[in-house]
Amino acid sequence: MNFDKEFDASGLSCPLPIVKTKKSLTDMASGQVLRVVATDPGSVADMAAFAEQTGHQLLQSGSEGGKYVFFLKKA
Amino acid sequence: MAGKKMAIIATKGALDMAYPPLILGSTAAALGWEVQVFFTFYGLQLLRKDLSGIAISPLANPAMPMPVPMPVVVSVLPGMQAMATSMMKAKMKKKGVASLEELRSLCLEADVKFIACQMTVDLFEFSKSDFIDGIEYGGAATFLKFAGETDVCLFI
Repeated sequence: MNFDKEFDASGLSCPLPIVKTKKSLTDMASGQVLRVVATDPGSVADMAAFAEQTGHQLLQSGSEGGKYVFFLKKA
Repeated sequence: MAGKKMAIIATKGALDMAYPPLILGSTAAALGWEVQVFFTFYGLQLLRKDLSGIAISPLANPAMPMPVPMPVVVSVLPGMQAMATSMMKAKMKKKGVASLEELRSLCLEADVKFIACQMTVDLFEFSKSDFIDGIEYGGAATFLKFAGETDVCLFI
């Protein structure tokens, strides 16, 4: 999937993957896609909850090479 | 989704109890919530410029996982609290858990409002210069004014 920006949250624990994902989205334009990579298993549920509450669209949530990969479309 | 509010009263200054207000505060702010944290009694420690004195004690803390079972009488010995604190901090760092300083900065950056309880500041004879900049001072009525309008209100 194409994306405009990437944020690597590997090695970070709750709440940093979410808080820093929010920061990464700040300077992006509406409709742009952010790819987030994380190793925290809690980030799977948290990223869905983040998207639901902020209106950003979680286009894809999966895993790749032992890491969790998310694609978020900025609202 | 927009317009949610959360108020937290932070009353504890031990390392483990310092985390929840800062984790929830920074996360709620990331979700776009308006957040205020009211720091009172030992919670005031979290507003000090220097957080290096924040510690955890194995004493009267039977649920704290220890590498070896430790009788209470050993936990009383001098140096045990410092040892438990440095072990806990090392483990947190290894597991990618943010430091208190980092979480606090993330809260302030995201406009979480920190309020120091004026009564306990005076009680413990703290000086405003002990605390970080960008905080406010107030009392119970200040807290309740905001707390009365919140969706989530926690006492930690």
